[in-house]
Amino acid sequence: MVEARGVGKRFGRVWALRDVSLTVPRGVICGLLGVNGAGKSTLLRILAGVQRPTQGEVRIGGHRPGRVTKARVAFVPESDHLYRWMDVQDALNFTATFFEDFNHGRARELLRLMQLEPSSSISSLSRGFRARLKLVLALARDADLVLLDEPLSGIDPISRDRIVEGILRGYRPLRSTVLIATHLVGEVETMLDRVVFLHNGRVVLDEGAEALRAARGLSVEAIYREVLA
Amino acid sequence: MPLLDFQRDRPIYLQIADEIGRRIIRGALPPGAQLPSVRELAAELRVNPNTVQRAYQELEREGVVFTLRGQGTFVKEDPAMVAGLRARAAREAARRFWREARALGLSPAEAVALVVDMGHSEGEGDG
Repeated sequence: MVEARGVGKRFGRVWALRDVSLTVPRGVICGLLGVNGAGKSTLLRILAGVQRPTQGEVRIGGHRPGRVTKARVAFVPESDHLYRWMDVQDALNFTATFFEDFNHGRARELLRLMQLEPSSSISSLSRGFRARLKLVLALARDADLVLLDEPLSGIDPISRDRIVEGILRGYRPLRSTVLIATHLVGEVETMLDRVVFLHNGRVVLDEGAEALRAARGLSVEAIYREVLA
Repeated sequence: MPLLDFQRDRPIYLQIADEIGRRIIRGALPPGAQLPSVRELAAELRVNPNTVQRAYQELEREGVVFTLRGQGTFVKEDPAMVAGLRARAAREAARRFWREARALGLSPAEAVALVVDMGHSEGEGDG
């Protein structure tokens, strides 16, 4: 589903990504793990088609990132892009106007799971509930690729748990590929099929999560600390 | 199935399979009982569905459960299988205890005496 070959990205003289190659098949939940500044957001933005690589090739479902892929990719950036004057239902309707694949039925189910009221104004929502809403807007679509940039950071523990549950209930296991960029390895590791460690813009590990546990006798979080310390 | 406390330093699918085995032994999952769907259990446990799938496959491989396409996964109605599960779990518990007892310098007789004593005092007390 996602193929990156030798991807590099330079900003001025700084290389944010260097020689990044990875393949993520359809239906996999993959963690892109690394510290802040490791290049995770840059990679997600390139996959989302919001940024272009300086070097290398990217294919999403066989296509280069562009108009075709953007219609099939749900990208949730770390920043808060919700409009404060809207209410929850407005945000759903607004998103639906941009994406044909928006599924109102699933949106309603996810709102219920996330304990969000359609009539709540966004300005009244706490950070945790805004994060929940961002996830609903992404998962309500029938996107082939879901890109989540730090979906749990700075969020209260109960909202984190709901978001993890929401991802597992809301994604389509045989059809969607999910990439989660985060430094909160412990919070997400049980959810991941694959883990990719990014350090100083390079891939330093790319393995199956359960295989790692079996081989190393350590949690992914412990391995992360070891490898990136 | 309420939330499990996993050890994340060992394959999770094995821990899920073990826990299902324990519930079958205890009778919480009786013969013929349907296991939760892979999707549902994964969401409840907050793990990847493939992990639950592997756990179910492992149990099927061991002859503990069977899957009917389009219907779900069920506990086998086989008393010998449950007895076998219990025997294996008991052996594993004994192995763990014996390893600790030996590390403490106990002889097998001393270890057995301890267990017998514990069984007696439980019978007398609150148990």
